[in-house]
Amino acid sequence: MTDQPLLAVHDLVAGFRTDAGFVAAVDGVSFDLAAGAALGVVGESGCGKSALAYSIARLLPAAGRIQSGAVRFAGVDLATADERVLGTVRGRRLAMVFQDPMSSLNPYRRVGGLIAEPLRRHLGLGRTAAWRRAVELLTQVGIPDPEQRARRHPHELSGGQRQRVLIALALSCDPHLLIADEPTTALDVTVQRQVLDLIAAERGRRGLALILISHNLGVVAGMCDRVAVMYAGRMVESAPTAALFRDPRHPYTRALFAAVPRLGGARGQALAAIPGQPPTLTADRRGCAFAPRCPHAIDRCRTEAPAERVVADGHRLRCHVDLPTGTPP
Amino acid sequence: MNAELLRVEDLVVDYPARGGAVRAVAGVSFTVAPGETLGLVGESGCGKSTIARAVLQLVRPTAGRVLLSVNTGSAGSAGSAGSADTGSGVDLCTLSGSRLRACWRQVQMVFQDPSASLDPRWTAWRLVAEPLTGFGLAHGAAARTRAAELMDLVGLGADALDRYPHEFSGGQRQRLGLARALAVQPRLLICDEPVSALDVSIQAQVLNLLADLRRRLGLALLFISHDLAVVRHLADRVAVMQAGRIVECADAETLYAQPQHPYTRALLAAVPVMPLSAGSGAPL
Repeated sequence: MTDQPLLAVHDLVAGFRTDAGFVAAVDGVSFDLAAGAALGVVGESGCGKSALAYSIARLLPAAGRIQSGAVRFAGVDLATADERVLGTVRGRRLAMVFQDPMSSLNPYRRVGGLIAEPLRRHLGLGRTAAWRRAVELLTQVGIPDPEQRARRHPHELSGGQRQRVLIALALSCDPHLLIADEPTTALDVTVQRQVLDLIAAERGRRGLALILISHNLGVVAGMCDRVAVMYAGRMVESAPTAALFRDPRHPYTRALFAAVPRLGGARGQALAAIPGQPPTLTADRRGCAFAPRCPHAIDRCRTEAPAERVVADGHRLRCHVDLPTGTPP
Repeated sequence: MNAELLRVEDLVVDYPARGGAVRAVAGVSFTVAPGETLGLVGESGCGKSTIARAVLQLVRPTAGRVLLSVNTGSAGSAGSAGSADTGSGVDLCTLSGSRLRACWRQVQMVFQDPSASLDPRWTAWRLVAEPLTGFGLAHGAAARTRAAELMDLVGLGADALDRYPHEFSGGQRQRLGLARALAVQPRLLICDEPVSALDVSIQAQVLNLLADLRRRLGLALLFISHDLAVVRHLADRVAVMQAGRIVECADAETLYAQPQHPYTRALLAAVPVMPLSAGSGAPL
């Protein structure tokens, strides 16, 4: 590949200051994202998927920091860039959508004003032009009666509409990359479908690259070209979507797939629960973090963290064990 | 043997609101047989949690009846609810005070957020023993012994007895909530989104535990969830709710294979599905 990726994350280590010292929530993550591509990041609570999203955008809370590694985006290393540079990137070429739109929308401002703000700041539009563009964006994201709604405050809209407003806000300055952190988790299933369809449509129309963080395997499967599975701060497996679901190689990926009740699965049978608990961030990090819960673990798994290796075209794996295709979890 | 443990008839629940009332439940009827699991699905605000609360009279229904059969054979020690049995059961809506409390021995509830129902200053065994002492079923050392048995039943070890709620994980706290609900040997357990706050690997553990307890104790479940796949996994029959009404109710196999109501179809069509995976061996 001679093309420069839009985003190149290299060996990123990020985490939080705690009483017990620095704990790494993101522990050596590397991946590339081409312009217009969509990567899904899945994993359970505390696996570091949101911390990864926030570190890429340099939006970690005060106790958080990037320890090492690089985040190259549009010619800038965001990991080391100063606030002035970040201010020209965030909200413009890189936009984010969060789980809870209420906490990212200023309740004192009218919806139109919220969307107009980045247009004025980044694109230098005047007050009237920015407002007009805001109404256009509300139309594009499917808000009914956009002229009226632009004058409303966030609390006057439904949850699904607020998420649409957040998407309009994120898309306002025509970003190259959209990072969506559990964008539909707070929504009902029918509204979730509408919001996912909207993100997919905008992505297609604008050639936008997408990082979609979700705990829901079905959501990422339908939206992304590639899916990465995170466990305890590490990307344990990543592959083109079809290949990952057809032929998951990591014992954790397989266990995760098998634990989900499905609409078409066998009824009444016990689900394949994963025994034990995910490790705490302060746990011993020498070996593979999944080893204590892994039925296939060998001695080496407990002492040596597996390096990433390529097992098939575009299929990357961090595991010492080679499971034959189709082995039950 | 009576075929119905719970019969809800034309249940209506209004919440007072500015300038009138909001009708959260608008005439709902259903039954739960002993040992049966009825799933109740629907989107937020459809009234499913209100039904759970109205059955227990935690909110008082505006109209309708909630009939609890008092003499159904079951694993639990049924006993008399201390009220006039009309033949079809006692109407909980007409009870209050000690007579209502007596019925709560038959019907217990597990909530979505286990932390909110566990006093953070109490140790695990005291939390589990509280219903025992509250209903006068056991005291002192006997209560502790019984609490240990209950915790064992839900898969919490003896070392957990003297721990505080914050020392447990989310899944373990839900087990603690289950142990509390099962302490009085109810015949019906109302589960309101019991696994919604849990990660999939832990969710699977708790769902398996519920299925196992149901089989071992002959428990009936009213299982409320927004997650269609979770309900399908556990329920014998499923009722689909929309805007305060049940729009469709059928046995689980039929409802998912041949949904009749347009809303049921829309709900099922909206669920994001995972493609086939070789590892799980389960078809889509």
